[in-house]
Amino acid sequence: MKKKKKKAYSGAAVNSKLLRRPIRRQGWFFLLPMVAAFCIGFVWPFLHGMFLSFCKFKTTSNWQWVGFSNYVKAFADESFRYSFGFTALFAVVSVILINVLAFVVAYALTQGIKGTNIFRTVFFMPNLIGGIVLGYIWSMIFDGILGAYGTSILLNKTWGFWGLIILMCWQQVGYMMIIYVAGLQAVPEDMIEAAKIDGANAFQTLFKITIPNVMPSITICTFLSLTNGFKLFDQNLALTGGLPYIINPDGSTVHTTEMLALNIYNTFYGQASTSRGVAQAKAVMFFILVACIGLVQLKSTRNKEVQQ
Amino acid sequence: MKKFFALLLVAVMAISLVACVGGEEEKGSVYWLNFKPESDEALKEIAAMYTEETGVDVQIVTAASGTYNETLTAEMDKTKVPTIFVVGNAAAVEQWGEYCYDLTDTAVAKELSDPSYQLKDADGKLCSIGYCYECYGIIVNTKLLKAAGYEADYIKNFATLKEVAEDVHARAAELGFDAFSAADMDDSSSWRFTGHLANLEYYYESVDDPAAWTSCPAEIKGTYMDNYKNLYDLMAVNSATPRGELATGGHDAANQFKTEKALFYANGNWEWSGLAEAGMKAEDLTMIPYYCGVEGEEKAGLNCGTENYWAVNAEASEADIKATLDFMYWLVTDAEASEKAVATFGVMPYTNAAESTNPFLAQANAYAAAGNYTMPWVTNFQPNVDAYRAALVAALNDYNADPTDANWDKVEAAFVGGWATQYEAANQ
Repeated sequence: MKKKKKKAYSGAAVNSKLLRRPIRRQGWFFLLPMVAAFCIGFVWPFLHGMFLSFCKFKTTSNWQWVGFSNYVKAFADESFRYSFGFTALFAVVSVILINVLAFVVAYALTQGIKGTNIFRTVFFMPNLIGGIVLGYIWSMIFDGILGAYGTSILLNKTWGFWGLIILMCWQQVGYMMIIYVAGLQAVPEDMIEAAKIDGANAFQTLFKITIPNVMPSITICTFLSLTNGFKLFDQNLALTGGLPYIINPDGSTVHTTEMLALNIYNTFYGQASTSRGVAQAKAVMFFILVACIGLVQLKSTRNKEVQQ
Repeated sequence: MKKFFALLLVAVMAISLVACVGGEEEKGSVYWLNFKPESDEALKEIAAMYTEETGVDVQIVTAASGTYNETLTAEMDKTKVPTIFVVGNAAAVEQWGEYCYDLTDTAVAKELSDPSYQLKDADGKLCSIGYCYECYGIIVNTKLLKAAGYEADYIKNFATLKEVAEDVHARAAELGFDAFSAADMDDSSSWRFTGHLANLEYYYESVDDPAAWTSCPAEIKGTYMDNYKNLYDLMAVNSATPRGELATGGHDAANQFKTEKALFYANGNWEWSGLAEAGMKAEDLTMIPYYCGVEGEEKAGLNCGTENYWAVNAEASEADIKATLDFMYWLVTDAEASEKAVATFGVMPYTNAAESTNPFLAQANAYAAAGNYTMPWVTNFQPNVDAYRAALVAALNDYNADPTDANWDKVEAAFVGGWATQYEAANQ
C-alpha cells in the first residue's frame, strides 16, 4: 500500500474560479500596457503619417495642408518608379532563393545527421546581427574579393543587386529554416510510412506528402521573406547606399541600387525640407503596396494548405 | 511564480504611469545640439564647469557625423527642444529661420569681434552668429618636403605643386613616403572633395560675377571645371592608394599623414589637435592654398569661412532662452571656458575670448597679412547639399574606376547640371 502524499495547500489553483473571475473582470487593466504601447508606437504615428502626406511640413508639428499634390509629385518621380521596379525584382528573387535554400537546409537537418543542433544554431546566428552591421561587414567581404579585380560593389549595379541577395539569404535562411524544421517535424510519421508501403519513392514522398503538409510553414515563410524583401532598408543603406548612380546629362540622378524604403528616406532628408510631404506620400503608397501584396500572397498560399 | 509575474507586471505599469507625470523645472536649462563630433568631449567638460559654477543644467547632445539635419528635425518636435542649434548657411536660415530667436542686441552678439559672422533672414532678423571659423587647404609636412629636396616656400602655384607631387610619387619607394594621402570617397572623407575642393570652382566663378553670387545662384557655369580636374587628378594619381580603391574608402588618410607615409593631406585647421596628439610639431606643418592653375593664383590664400553658427531656439521657454544666452555669454567671455572652447574650435571671433593657438589659422592670417586673397566658403551655397554631393561622389567613383573623358563628362553633369537640378528641387 502506498501512502498518498498530500501537497501542502498553496492557495487557489491558477485555474480556479476564485482567481479567474477577478482577472477576467480586470482584463482591460492587463491589456492596457500593450494597447497603450500599440497606440503610441503604431496607431498614432501611422495616422499622423497619413495626415502629413497631404501636407507640406518641416517638422511634424509645423504643417500646411496641400491636398493631393504630394501624391502627384511622388508619381511623377522617376527615381521612385525605378526603385519600385528594382525592389520588386529583388523581392521575387530573394523570396525564391531564401525559401528554397531554407527548405533544403531544414530538410537536410531533419534527417538525423550528427550534430544537427550545432548546424541549426550556426545557420540561425546571422539573424542575430543587425542589418547595418551586416551591410558593412559584407561590403568589406565583397570589396575584398572585387578589389582584386579592380572593381567594387559600389561601381556596378549587377554586383550591387547580387550582393544584396547574398546578404539577405545569408541573414534570413537560418530564420526561415527554423520555421521549416518545425513544420517538417510535424508531418505525421504514419503518412510517410504509408507512402513508403505504397511504393512511393523519395521524390514522390517529398512532393506528395511532405510539402503539402508543411504548407502552413511555406505560407508564413513566403509572407515574411516577401514583406522583408519589400521593406529592406538597413542592409541597403549600409551595403550600397544606392550607388552607383546613373548621372543624366542634366545632372539629375537615378540611384541604381536604391530600394523603396531607402528612396523614401533619401527623399525625406536629402532635399532640404521641400520634399518631406512627398516622401510621406511615398511612404503611404509603400504601406498600401506592401499590405496588398502580403494579403494576396497569404490568401493564395492558404488555399494550398491541407488539413491533417 | 505566477503571482510574482503578476506583481511584476503591475509594478512595471505603475512605474510607467509615474514616469509619464514627470518632473517640471523652474530654473531655465541649456540644451545644445552640437554639430561638431570632434568637440563633443570638450563641450561636455565645459558644460560641467558651467553647471558647477552656476547650478544651471547644460546638456550637450552631439549629432552623429553627417546626420545633423535628421537629428535636428527629430529634436525640434520634442517637448524639450534644443535651445542652441546650428544654422550654418543661407539655406538653413530659410529652413529654420522661423525657429531662430532674434539675437540682435543680445549681450553675446555684441561680443562678436567680426560682424561678417552674422546670418540674417530677409527681414533683417539676426538668426545666428558664428562661434568659430575655420580654414582649409592642403596640409604639408615640411620635414618630408625637405627630405624630398624642396624648400617649404618652393610651391607657389599649380605647376610647382604638380612638379613636387609627381616627383615625390615617382620616388616614393626610395623616399619612404608618397605625395598625397588617400582621396577616399566614402562618407567619412568624400566631403573633402565634393565640398572643400569644389569651393575653388565656385569661388573663382563668383570672382568673375560677384552679382550672381550674393545668394545661391539658380545655376552655375562650370568655367573652372578644368582647374578642379587638375587638382583632383593630381591628388588621386599621386598617392600610395590606387585610384580604383578610392570608392570603397577605408584607407584612413589622416593616419597616412600622421605616420609620415604621405607628404600632402587635403583638410582643414580642425585636424591640428589630432596631428598634435600624434606627435607632429607645428613647425613641421604648413597649409598651402588650392593651387589649381588659375591665373594669378600665386596670390591665393586659404579657404576661410564657417558653417558653425549658433542659433537660439525661439520656441524654447523664456527661462530656457535666458539661461542659454547667459551660458553663451559666459562661454565667450570667461577666460577658462573660452580657452577650453578655443582649444577645440580653433578660434572664436569674440572680443574677450581666448587667443587662438591653431597654427593653420595663424597661417591663414599670415597669407591675408601678406596681401593674398582669402577664398571664402562659397561651397556653403550648394543647394540640397547632401543629394548634390552624393551624386558628385557617384560620378567621381565612376571616373576613378575608369578615368576617361566620357566619365569626366558625368562628373561635370553632376557638378554643373546637378546644381540647377537641386536648386529647382529645393526651391519648388
